[in-house]
Amino acid sequence: MSRFSDRADRRRRRDVSDADGPRPLGADGLAGPAGEPTGKPQAGVPADPDGLGADFDAEADHIVGQDGPVTGNSPPPPEHVVVELRDVYKGFGPKKILKGVNMAVERGTSAVVLGGSGTGKSVLTKHVVGLLQPDKGEVWVLGERLDLMTPEQRDRKRTRLGYLFQGGALFDSMTVYENMRFFLDRLTTLRKDEKDDLIEESLEDVNLPQTRDQYPAELSGGQKKRIGLARTLILRPDIILYDEPTTGLDPVSVRVVSELIVKLRDTRGISSIAITHDLLAAEIITDRAHFLLDGVIAASGTLDEVRRSDNPVIEEFFLGTEAYGRA
Amino acid sequence: MEPLPTDSLTQRLRSARRSRQSEKILQEKAVERKVEERKEAAREKTVFGESFFAEAGGLFEFIGRFFSRFWRRPFEFKELLTQMDEVGTKSLTLTGVVGFSIGIVLAMQSRGTLARFGAESFLPSMLSLSVIKEIGPVLTSLVLAGRLGAGMGAELGSMKVTEQIDALEVAALKPFHYLVVTRVLACVIMFPIMTMLTDILALTGGYLEAWLSDGMDVRVFIATAFDTLRFVDVLMDTGKTAIFGFIVGIVSCYLGYNVRGGTREVGRAAMQAVVISSLLILLADVVVVRASILLFGDISDAA
Repeated sequence: MSRFSDRADRRRRRDVSDADGPRPLGADGLAGPAGEPTGKPQAGVPADPDGLGADFDAEADHIVGQDGPVTGNSPPPPEHVVVELRDVYKGFGPKKILKGVNMAVERGTSAVVLGGSGTGKSVLTKHVVGLLQPDKGEVWVLGERLDLMTPEQRDRKRTRLGYLFQGGALFDSMTVYENMRFFLDRLTTLRKDEKDDLIEESLEDVNLPQTRDQYPAELSGGQKKRIGLARTLILRPDIILYDEPTTGLDPVSVRVVSELIVKLRDTRGISSIAITHDLLAAEIITDRAHFLLDGVIAASGTLDEVRRSDNPVIEEFFLGTEAYGRA
Repeated sequence: MEPLPTDSLTQRLRSARRSRQSEKILQEKAVERKVEERKEAAREKTVFGESFFAEAGGLFEFIGRFFSRFWRRPFEFKELLTQMDEVGTKSLTLTGVVGFSIGIVLAMQSRGTLARFGAESFLPSMLSLSVIKEIGPVLTSLVLAGRLGAGMGAELGSMKVTEQIDALEVAALKPFHYLVVTRVLACVIMFPIMTMLTDILALTGGYLEAWLSDGMDVRVFIATAFDTLRFVDVLMDTGKTAIFGFIVGIVSCYLGYNVRGGTREVGRAAMQAVVISSLLILLADVVVVRASILLFGDISDAA
């Protein structure tokens, strides 16, 4: 079964089980009452957003067997919600990082998670790709419970997710071309010319075709992040998570990277979750902002709604960040 | 005197309130930080035994993970060959020079002692016994532990801190198979091969010394050298380096794969990989030699 027929099958099953229809997001970012679809229209989403063809699908299917959707005993979120965290707790030893996080991200939208350093923003996003398992709570990704999956099932799901790490996480012993080729070699059975076309296309997407033969050490911080993004894009993910995509970049690069994220959302319908401190980036990227404080989402909404929160810490965060931005 | 505009007063009061609140938050954070620092310091002072057992437990869990996965897909043959090249070809000069020079030195040092007892003709036997049974395997393994342990610990450690391992995991590429299984298997396969080469070079060095000193014939040298050796000795003593290779591979990968922190921890992991691997090689040698003697008898059983 191909990835798309699998997806369609899951959709059909969900249509039956979720007869009440999709629910809009409430103020806390969670699915609200039934019957009011709020999913943002996906401008220009290609009919086949994957574009990697049957080979890639077959390989992705090969990673695990054909199981049904993993949902546990809980009702899945509505179809327009691609990621939902329900009451997620996570601690490391005695230190409790997440203390009941609730958050949802709609298909084709960009969510931004704001918060001070060390509040657990990265911990939160790592749950979405299964790098961390919650101590308690539910992690729903594309209609399935990631926290209940076997490693094989999780790997299968990961072929539909992308993660841009803070420093790009490029393999430093390989050139840019080899970095990108590495993923295609292992996950697909595409021919060399097909792989080369995809690599070229992805490098053009991030406006860095000239870096093809360079090593990561020869790239600037901004270029590394863009190449990291190109490497993520090459597998045509449905959702991309960005870990501080603009940290350490100059304002021009911040704008370039942020606009790239928006372009991917608008042209390919890629849903995204970005964690950032950078208000300029947040302003460009955000459809919905979530402020993480003391292990819970203290405020959700548009960036302005979060900014207007009367929580003194959030007020201070925006004042401090804006003052910093002006300086 | 003109009263202050209301807006300005409101702003000042708000600003003062914010300052008080942020000061309070900063104070709370400072207290939390101090508590954390004290806890951290207390953790560091944890009795040696506790941290030792925690580390040993982590290592055994890692070994269990290796055995539960190395026979499962995906099989990274290409990467295994790359790692075998790294362990073998790229270490050959080092182990070769060590073996050759040890052979010459051993022959030079032993000659005088043997001559005192009129037993110079036993030089090839003594050389082959000491080189093949002990010096070759242990020295080769220690030299390789130094070269590879540091390299693997540092490489995996830096991949960990720069999130390259997480990037592999997120892309469903099974980093444990790609990074750990290949390296450990490469060590297990290549250590005995490297040991055999070192033994050959050491005996060549020994023969060269014997030939230069008193023109010993090569056929006499070979016949005398292998007269007292049993096949089982060569097999066991070379084969035990597969265990040493496993130790170097698994310890170095474990320390590199579990680095937390930054470059300082990467350096520490590399250093610990060499120290712990070397110590475990020496301890394992005692156990393996004892077991070998129990199972196959010692050299006095040779015909």
